[in-house]
Amino acid sequence: MSSKKELKTIAPDVKWQDITEGGVMPYAGNAELFKTGDWRSMRPVWLQEKCKQCLLCYPVCPDTSILIDESGKRTDFDFDHCKGCGVCVKVCPFKAIDFVEEGK
Amino acid sequence: MAIRERMSGNEAMAVAMKQINPDVVAAFPITPSTEVPQYFSQFVADGVVDTEFVAVESEHSAMSACVGAQAAGGRAMTATSANGLALMWEVLYIAACSRLPIVLACVNRTLSGPLNIHNDHSDSMGARDSGWIQLYAENNQEAYDNLLMANRIGEHPDVMLPVMVCQDGFITSHKIENIELLEDDKVKAFVGEYNPKYKLLDKNNPISVGPLDLQAHCFEHKRQQAQAMMNAKKVILEVSEEFYKLTGRKYGLFEEYKTDDADVVAVILNSTAGTAKYVVDQYRAQGKKVGLIKPRVFRPFPVDEIAAALSRFKAVAVMDKADSFNAAGGPLFTEITSAMFAKGVFGPKVINYIYGLGGRDVKCSDIEVVYDKLLDIACTGKVDSVYNYLGVRE
Repeated sequence: MSSKKELKTIAPDVKWQDITEGGVMPYAGNAELFKTGDWRSMRPVWLQEKCKQCLLCYPVCPDTSILIDESGKRTDFDFDHCKGCGVCVKVCPFKAIDFVEEGK
Repeated sequence: MAIRERMSGNEAMAVAMKQINPDVVAAFPITPSTEVPQYFSQFVADGVVDTEFVAVESEHSAMSACVGAQAAGGRAMTATSANGLALMWEVLYIAACSRLPIVLACVNRTLSGPLNIHNDHSDSMGARDSGWIQLYAENNQEAYDNLLMANRIGEHPDVMLPVMVCQDGFITSHKIENIELLEDDKVKAFVGEYNPKYKLLDKNNPISVGPLDLQAHCFEHKRQQAQAMMNAKKVILEVSEEFYKLTGRKYGLFEEYKTDDADVVAVILNSTAGTAKYVVDQYRAQGKKVGLIKPRVFRPFPVDEIAAALSRFKAVAVMDKADSFNAAGGPLFTEITSAMFAKGVFGPKVINYIYGLGGRDVKCSDIEVVYDKLLDIACTGKVDSVYNYLGVRE
């Protein structure tokens, strides 16, 4: 993400003179800047002790919100982007992801 | 040395497209513009252009294919008329807001209904707020010349907007007239290469085009688009000047014909301006001080220049070959009177004639009615009717 500092061209306070022409998104990977976590009404809870690290949850997440560490193991959710769709909860064969109402 | 030829307005546009040699032409046939892609597809079949010709299933697809091709980094062109243009409608706006300088040959035909294939300007006038630059042409020569200039205007970095080149269906599109063509190499050098800042096929710099654009940024993009249209006026004049040096044919924002000492003028688009020039000559021979203003550039609208030009006359008739059905005059009339009001030009009396709808023939005797009325107004200073219909049975 070397281009992150250039992404100010689509920042919330950008003036019309500086915004990219026609709304072109000139750099890849900028969806990370758009926090969608506050859309969530249901929250997945990772139960580390039940998790077998099978990683079946990882490919089904539509928001790449299951974070993987350097050793290739999943860690906790990226709650800045997880929309709480619950697909990971459904695919987990070990009931290692709980699904609770947000705010409880 | 220019090439002396004779051809129809449609063939002239197709030849211009051949000389431009765009990357993609996507078109669907519709009268009276059908010949443009028909001639062009023959050029493709003969191998005289490198263009990918996409025979799409509708005009909506034609403009969509052009949007994709242009966003990919290519030059895309198309041609259409009337309901074909209407079917492109939503994509016209997307082309403009995405800042894709597509070029469209618009052969003006009345927009149904009632169902009618003949000429008026209701198709392109309906698209006047779509964000496209609009150039109008009196004859085959001007249609050819405007088309050769269209890429240079639209692709200028300060503009980056699509361009519509209009001529009158059948009246000029199917009439064979003399024409001066440029040599292929001269056109190639004049039009040049298209090198957009962003293109989808640049795999080293991936981009997204046409993203969701909500309250936070949409207004800024619209403001920026408006600026591009404002910038276009200067660019049109610069490109036209360069074209003049190349060809000796001079184009501005509008043409003035015998206006120097005129008391009254008519403002007329496209082929009817040619008829009016003949009437002006006849009236001048009788010592009547009449003139003509023929707008070439309708978008961007030359507010300052047209208001300043019209301020010199006693009476002005704005002629519209399209009705706005606003109960208050046609589109050219409302633009011109609005420009005059905004610029503080209150001297001339201005009236409107809606004429020639659905291809109703416009004869010299019709134009004479207009000039006679204008001369009467100039003499008496009295206007009895602002909004008028010319040539309708009543």
